[in-house]
Parts: sequence; C-alpha cells; structure tokens
Amino acid sequence: MSMIHVTTTVNGDEVEFLCDPRETLLDVLRDRLSLTGAKEGCGTGDCGACSVTVDDRLVCSCLMLGAEAEGKSIGTIEGMADGEALHPLQEKFIEYAALQCGVCTPGVLVATEALLKKNPDPTETEVRYWLAGNLCRCTGYDKIIRAVLDTAADLRKAS
Amino acid sequence: MAPDGNMTNGFKVVGTRPKRPDGIDKVTGRAKFGADATAPGMLHASIVRSPHAHAKILKIDTSKAEALKGVKAVVTRADFAEGLTGENWNILENVMASDTALYDGHAVAAVAATTALGARDAAKLIEVEYELLPHVTDVDKAMADDAPVIRAGAADKSVPEGLHPNVVRYHESGHGDVDKGFSEADLVVEDSFKTEATHQGYIEPHACLAQLGSDGKGEVWCCTQGHFNVQKVCAALVGTDSSQIRVTPSEIGGGFGGKTVVFIEPVALALSRKANRPVKLVMSRSEVFRATGPTASTSIDIKIGMTREGKITAAQGVFRLQGGAFPGAPMEFTAMCAFAPYSLENVHQVGYDVMSNRPKQAAYRAPGSPMAAFAVESVIDELCNKLDLDSIEVRLKNASKEGTKASYGPKFERIGLVETLEAAKAHPHLTSPLAEGQGRGVSCGFWFNHGGETAVSLALSEDGTVAISVGTPDIGGSRASMAQMAAEELGIPYESIRTTVADTATLGYNEISHGSRVTYASGLATIKAARDAVKKLCGRAAAKWGIDEDAVVWEDGCAKPSGPNAGDFEPLPLAKIARSMGRTGGPIVGHYEATPEGAGVSFATHIVDAEVDKETGQTKIVRYTVVQDAGKAIHPTYVEGQFQGGAAQGIGWALNEEYIYGEDGRLQNSGFLDYRIPVASDLPMIDTVIVEVPNPGHPYGVRGVGETSICPPLAAIANAVSNAAGVRLTELPMSPPRILAALDAQANG
Repeated sequence: MSMIHVTTTVNGDEVEFLCDPRETLLDVLRDRLSLTGAKEGCGTGDCGACSVTVDDRLVCSCLMLGAEAEGKSIGTIEGMADGEALHPLQEKFIEYAALQCGVCTPGVLVATEALLKKNPDPTETEVRYWLAGNLCRCTGYDKIIRAVLDTAADLRKAS
Repeated sequence: MAPDGNMTNGFKVVGTRPKRPDGIDKVTGRAKFGADATAPGMLHASIVRSPHAHAKILKIDTSKAEALKGVKAVVTRADFAEGLTGENWNILENVMASDTALYDGHAVAAVAATTALGARDAAKLIEVEYELLPHVTDVDKAMADDAPVIRAGAADKSVPEGLHPNVVRYHESGHGDVDKGFSEADLVVEDSFKTEATHQGYIEPHACLAQLGSDGKGEVWCCTQGHFNVQKVCAALVGTDSSQIRVTPSEIGGGFGGKTVVFIEPVALALSRKANRPVKLVMSRSEVFRATGPTASTSIDIKIGMTREGKITAAQGVFRLQGGAFPGAPMEFTAMCAFAPYSLENVHQVGYDVMSNRPKQAAYRAPGSPMAAFAVESVIDELCNKLDLDSIEVRLKNASKEGTKASYGPKFERIGLVETLEAAKAHPHLTSPLAEGQGRGVSCGFWFNHGGETAVSLALSEDGTVAISVGTPDIGGSRASMAQMAAEELGIPYESIRTTVADTATLGYNEISHGSRVTYASGLATIKAARDAVKKLCGRAAAKWGIDEDAVVWEDGCAKPSGPNAGDFEPLPLAKIARSMGRTGGPIVGHYEATPEGAGVSFATHIVDAEVDKETGQTKIVRYTVVQDAGKAIHPTYVEGQFQGGAAQGIGWALNEEYIYGEDGRLQNSGFLDYRIPVASDLPMIDTVIVEVPNPGHPYGVRGVGETSICPPLAAIANAVSNAAGVRLTELPMSPPRILAALDAQANG
C-alpha cells in the first residue's frame, strides 16, 4: 500500500511524515513522531487518553486519521509546558495528587486546558461534564476536579 | 511542610504531603508506560483469539499468514514449553490454548510482522478450524447436573463427592453452633444475592517489549504489578532459566490486581525467539475485556439471626464463585471476609470454586471481599430496618475488637473497626437531611492485607544523597512514601532521596505489588535498610573517633556520641561520612530481605446517599463518605486517593459495570462504551476520614490502604438504593433495568 506524505505542525514545529492511510493520528504521533505522551486506552474514542488539539479543537487522536493532519496545527501534552516552566494545571495536578498511575493524565490535562481556554470560570458541574470523556480509574475524579477549579481560580486572579 | 497535626507522633517527614518524584514525568507525557518503549529492529505482534466460548481446535493453518510480506514469525502452542504441571500448566493453557478454546477471546495463535497493521492483517489470515462444544457462563448453571464439563479431573481433594466436576475447590469454616444460634434469635433473615463479573478497568492495556535469543537469554519490558513473577512465569513457559530473563517494569497505568497476571509476555518472547528480533505486543481494549482477568461472578445465600436488642446470634453464608475456565476463584477470601467485622459465637461459611467458559478471573482490589460484604451487609441492613434499630449502633454492638475470635479463625490483634464506626457516627454526613427520593446506606468492610517476600537496597552517594531500590512496582505513589520513610530514619531531606523500582537483576525476589502490601512490606524493608545503613554510618564515625560502635547514636541526620561518657566529638552528618566512605571502608549500602508477616488487617465504614428515579430506574450517588483505618498514613493525600479510588470503583461495580454474555457465550460489551466505568459527571466529591489505629507489625504502624476501600461500597450503595427505592435489591449491578424490575415485582406483589 502506498504511503501518504503529510505536512503538519505539531506543538508549533513543522513536521513531515509518511503514513499508511489506515494509521490514526495517534499512531502517527506515537510511532512515527515519537510523541508517546498521548496514550491509547481504547482506540474507540471512549477514554480520552489520546486527547490532543487540532486547530485548537479538542479531539481524540485515535478517531482521526494521520493523513487528515495535513495543514493542521496539532497540540499535544508535550507542548503544554513552556520549557522548564510547567503550565499552572500541571503544577496543580502534582500538588493535589490529581493523578495516581498517570496514564490518563496527559489526556485529562490537554482536555482541561482546552476547557479553561473556552470557559475560564467553569462550575464544578461544567468541569465534570467536560471531563466526562476522559476516564480515570484511580482517583474517583475528586482531586482532579479540585485541581481544575482551583487552577481556574488562580488563573482568573492572575489575569 | 508541617505534618498534619492530628497524625503526628514525633514524625518529621512521615505524615506530610510532599510532591511525588514521578510527578513532572507524568504531567508532561514523559513517563514511559508499557506501550511507550521501542527497540531497534522491533517487530509488532498480534494475537489470534477464539470467537467461541467452548470449542475443540481441529486445525490451525498459518500458511497464508506466513506468506504475507513483512511477517517474520507465527507461534502456536507448539512453540511453548512442554511437560508443565500444576499452576504453570494452567497459566500456559490460558496464555495459549492447546487443543480446546475455553472462552471467547482465548488465544490460539500469534504473529509478528514489521508493522502493527501488518501483524493485524496477518492475524486475520490465520485459519482455525473449530468444533463447537456446549458452553456455560453462569455460576449456578455451571454447578447444575446438566452443565457441560469444562475440564474433567480439574477438581482437587477438597471437593466432597457428588458435586458437578465444574466445582473444583471447596471451603468450609466457622465455629459454634449456628442452629442453636438461630433458635436464640428474635428475627432471622435469609436472602440470596448475585453479583456479575466486573473488570479492573485500568486505562492502560497490557503491553510489553520482549527479546529472546537462541541462547535462552531474554529481556522483557512490561507494565506489571510484579516483574519478578513475570520473570518466573516467562522462564517456565518458554523453557529457559529464570535468571536468564531480565524483566524491567515500565510505569504502570493502573492494575488494581489485574496486572498481577501474565498474559502476553511469554507470547512476545516466543515470537522473538522465532524471529530473532525484539517484539512489541500491545493488547487492544477489547482484548483486555475478553481475555484478561475480570472478577469472579457470584451467587450467595446469607442467613443471619438477631435479637430485638440487635445482637447477632448466628450467621451463615454459602458463597459460589465462578472464576472462568480455570481453578482459582477466591471463594475462601469471600467466605473468610464475609463476617469478619463481627464478633460471633456461631458462624459457618461454605465456599465453592466453580469453572465456566469465561476468562480466568484475576484479583481486583480485595478479591472476593466486596461481594461478601454486599450480601452480608444487605441482610444486616434488612434486620435493622425490620427491628427498627440504628444500623451504626448494631454494628458497634457486634463489632470485632482486639481479642475477638475472627469468623475465619484467628484472634484479632489491635484493630480499628470500632474507631471507624465511631468516626462515621460523629461525621455530619450521618445526620444530614435526605431529600425526597433519596436513601442512605452504611456498610463495613474488611480486608486482610499482606506481607510477602520483599528485598530493598539503599545506597549512599558521596554527596550525601540516597538511592533506594525497591522491587515492588509503584502503583499508588510508593516511591514517595518510601522516600519519606527513609528520610525519617536517616534524618535527611525527602528531596535528597530517589526511589527506583529496580529490575529483576538488581534485587532479590519481590512478591507482586498486591495485597495492599507495598507501603507495609516494602516500607518496613526500607526502614530496616535505612537502619542497616545507619548502623554502618555509626560504625564509620566510631572508627574515626576511636570509640566503641555502641557509643555512637544517630540523631537528626548525624552520628553523635551517645553521651558525655562516650567522648566529646562534633556530630558527623551523613554527607560528611558519605564523602569519605571510599577511604573508610568502602561503599555504604543498607539492605533488608525478608518475608514480613506482621501485616495488619483493616476495616472501613462507608456512608452513602443515593437518589433513585423510580420512573427510569436511574441512580445518582449524591454524597459519599469513606472512613478507614490506615494504621498510619505515610502520605495522607495518597491515602485519601486510595480511599476515593476504591469508593469510585465500588460505585461503578454497584450501579453499572457487568460482563454481559450472550446466549452464544460471547462477551457482548468488550469496550468502554458498553462497559461503562464511572465518568466524572457520574460522581460527587468523595469525603474521606483517615483513622489511625497503628498496626503492631510495622515500625510506624502502617496497615496498607489500597484494597479495603472497595469492600464496603457495593453494600453501602445497595442499602442506600434499597432504602430509597423501598425494595431490597439483591443483584449487582443495580442498573436501571434491574431497579425497574425490582419495583415492578414489588408492585405486582
């Protein structure tokens, strides 16, 4: 099967890759670009562990083909911190122990950052429904929700 | 950072909440999990699985797959060790079927190719000819006279004569005279319960990267709760020596018991040996559901007698556990945990381990205990309702204490059940008003906790920092708690210590991270390894000062003379001794190897409010409080996290989660869409109360906290739902159809 040549932007850097037409964006990120931060928890868009942004829209990268990334701007967990400086959400997740095993964490963080960009002052219910597409099996979500609400409050104070 | 006020006992670091050492890796995507590793020349593998619940394998034709471009190896059962017996035979039979597929999803062949897509294409070209056999997946049906036999001769000697061959193990325990006890009761309640199988639902599917040469030397990278066990099992299944296989554990994306079992690593090794290249094997979510280790499903009968004053006079239970196509369902644990919270003069429990055409069950957080608590605590709630007694007071009246003869035999040492009940009683949750349509439930729960083989090594660096090597994969923040305990002993900052989960070549055998044992056993070993290092540090100081070793003490991170008689010397800090250790006797390493047996049993009491919509049968959990005895909370935030996580999993088990098998014996819901674990919008905040009744078997009193938190939720929620709906729910999960059916049955008398 012939490969498809794709030019796209990932975390601000222009990248090119060849991919099989059947490969998902997640496959490409992990296997061709060595960006293994996004995880495959289900491959069917149910768990959100593979969450990335495509032109600032939150998507499950397992539900999109790699070839569809042509000309787009992709954001992954690897692009969330600014060099050594963690994003305030990342700081708060560590401080609050809003992660245990950490495998859902990249997806939860990418999804949460997208939420706060859209809605800087979400209610607890809004956070819970926004994150309903990101499964976490360890925490019971309590500390995640608190971390998100308190980061949002911090960011509002700072701005 | 100051320790939490109510939890200190002269501790400086233990009881504080430092940041986890793997935090930055995990929030930046840098942490390497099972599927994140690669190797030069790596192949990708795919497993061919039976689509049938029970079928003879007549023929496997691999020729078309082997002819596909990029395919480098195909393996079947013939490529694994022969002549295995006992548990190794069972594991191999589960990893790769021999002549019979025993459940939907049972592996029958595997293929390795240069790409993942190529491996999947090749798997589809492997042709398997089956002859269908009759199947059974329900526990009660599997015990019935007309049930198809899963495997003749699988039963052990414990099984009484006359039972179906699918009953493979039998357990009976108790004391006193239950008939006499029931005759003394003012009310006897008897009921039957069923619980469906659930899955641990870890978000990371099983994954490994393996290499095995023709010389029998191999390397495995995998996500597991116990890499020493992976080493042992892999060596047996591929027919090489344990010491020739080195296993390195990856970060683990959840396990909860489900990653105590070996499924794919021997397959990757066998493929690698054949292809002479490293092989990566990653399960899909559907494979995880169909072919790893869900819980047992159960069928339980409970009978309890009580006086008008709330004293339990007798209790008996029959526990039937279906554990899939192999022996091993944890029915002894179910039977032993069932009545453990109560001090009983007359108690009797019977357990059956039953085989069926389902995947081999595996541990899931306190295996067997939550189902027992569901049945027992439902009957206690019913007794309290009928006798108009307060459910907490009744539990307090009957609670096991230090010295109580446990329902399963031994006498309890110091335990904290009463303390959890008193804390629950004092909690504002218990007296808060309920809205229309809401009900409240409480339940106790019990788990043994465990010690197990443990080895820890603690090495000093010349700059005065410390590296701890542990052999128990970090499944709940244990790298932080180990560093805290070492910091406490050594008197150096938490940040000066790094804990690593070492590979199988680095330490002696370590049992799996299971049984809530890591903070207890690896913690104890870390403390003792630190004390061993301190002894050596004091020895170096003594030699320098020219005084007796016994005249040196370790305080605040320094060697000091033990008193004025020992001499007048400046305290020697750890860093100073470490700096010169090369010249004063060589490297300083503390270590400890043992099988600690002082694990402390633990109890919890949960309170939950549920709101039931009688139109739709939908249940919403509106408030949840966990009260549990931790013994000693090393890192209270992580202890809270274990409490909350267990409760959330319990909510899923109680309300939504179940394995649904069709008439054809195939699993119908092998994805997260249809096997719905709780999502953020399903749950409320989960309040926690940490009770600390120290375990006498641990230097700091640690009991372990990971598992007990899932014991009470099924029962507490069932009691809340039953009280809200006005009808007793006796089957899990209490999904809307079951609640509606119970309401209908009640309405129709």
